[in-house]
Amino acid sequence: MKYQFISLLFIFFFCASVHSMAQGAQEHACFKCHSNQSYSFNNEVTGQMQKRLMNPYYILDTVAVSMGVHKGFDCTDCHSSEYQTYPHQANLKLEPLSTCLDCHGGDESFASYKFEQIQEEFNKSVHSQAYGDNFTCATCHDPHTYSPTARTSSDVMEIVDYSNRMCLSCHNDMKQYKLVSGHDNPLLVEVHEWLPNQALHFQHVRCIECHTQVVDSLMVSHNILKKEQAVKKCAECHSANSRLKASLYKYENLQKRAEVGGVNVILANSSYIIGTHQSPFLKLLSLIIFITALVGIAIHSIFRILKKK
Amino acid sequence: MASTEKIYFYPGWLRLWHGLNALGIIILIVTGLSMNASLESPLIGFSLAVSLHNIAGVLVSFLYVVYIIGNMMTPNGTFYLFKLKGFLRRIVKQAYYYAWGMFHGMDYPFPLSAKRKFNPLQQFAYVSVMYFVVPVLIITGFALLFPETIIENVYGLSGVFVTAILHSAVGFFVSIFLIIHLYVASIGKSPVENFKSIISGWHHI
Repeated sequence: MKYQFISLLFIFFFCASVHSMAQGAQEHACFKCHSNQSYSFNNEVTGQMQKRLMNPYYILDTVAVSMGVHKGFDCTDCHSSEYQTYPHQANLKLEPLSTCLDCHGGDESFASYKFEQIQEEFNKSVHSQAYGDNFTCATCHDPHTYSPTARTSSDVMEIVDYSNRMCLSCHNDMKQYKLVSGHDNPLLVEVHEWLPNQALHFQHVRCIECHTQVVDSLMVSHNILKKEQAVKKCAECHSANSRLKASLYKYENLQKRAEVGGVNVILANSSYIIGTHQSPFLKLLSLIIFITALVGIAIHSIFRILKKK
Repeated sequence: MASTEKIYFYPGWLRLWHGLNALGIIILIVTGLSMNASLESPLIGFSLAVSLHNIAGVLVSFLYVVYIIGNMMTPNGTFYLFKLKGFLRRIVKQAYYYAWGMFHGMDYPFPLSAKRKFNPLQQFAYVSVMYFVVPVLIITGFALLFPETIIENVYGLSGVFVTAILHSAVGFFVSIFLIIHLYVASIGKSPVENFKSIISGWHHI
């Protein structure tokens, strides 16, 4: 019995170490070339070592990979195992890659992410409508480096930056945009010229805040609307019934207020930016003062009329 | 029936300033309320309201500088000066006159003259509004025009938010001031007498 236990323990540690070695070796083998600007290989035809520039689109940020949600995977878990040989076979590029739902669909452990609902919303989006199956989750969410920042970060600016970089990777990149759409990208600064304080909005607000159909049941809406349907009314955000509340800021602001507490809570309650009307307390107070002034004037006027003054 | 004794109370520059300032303030109040309430179908579109508010704000700020210079260069500034001693008592007396005395045959407690253009209650209201409230509005208004100048965090609240609250709260008091100002202006020898004065410049005593 004792020997059986020791043997089992030994087998367990052996397997675990082999797995981790294999994983490390696997990642290391690919990153040896795919994390550098150049790579070297033995040209079997000439028999010489040769150095070539790496295609910049195939260079991975290893730090970002190590922080991404899929960091625990081997490259060949998703890509063909035939990539382990170099030169890679040309037809490997044609292999169909898994979509998010291939792995995450129907998986109870990922139920809170609502992948199926995201897919439904995405299918209604302008991206899906215009480009069909050529526009996949991975077009925006690079599976190598993806991190669910909106769920994990408590820094609004970081969430905004991470989210907007996904949009800007195409919408502010002529080559990438044209690759997907087939035409030149409109200049963001020009198309948003109407937006007051454009730079501040871009830094502090996610693109999707105005460009999606907000769904309360989803943390991040994926139904990207046509540009004509994007929010252009300032009041939709800068008001008591702000659409922002239905999204990111609702959670962040309430959380912060709960942490801060005190008089600030009264003033900041259900408020975002513009003015006293965003604070129910001040709104009521101003209404009382206004009515008191009018009633005072009315009573005084009545006495003036009666006394002919 | 106006009496024959009249004083030239409001010089040309002051009347022009008052007229333009009134126009600017009315535009600011209407557009400010429109933006603040963020009505679903406002009379003025949001972007137009913002533009008008900004333009009127800059106009009123410029007029404020004119007002300050005018008060320094002409005797007009002296009407806003008062002795602190007994000031509260004088204000109460004037308020008592408006609330009770004028209906019970009380004589006007502070008759207007070439040296006294405002009664104590007016002095208090005008000094408060012109030397405290309006500067706060101008400063916060310009801060909101250039939000990058606002400190980001005020005791855990967004600096922009605090500035916006202050701006609209103080702006609200200006609108209350305007209502009362217009009403009190109707208390005179006739309800329109004071309105005629601010247009002609001549005030009948």
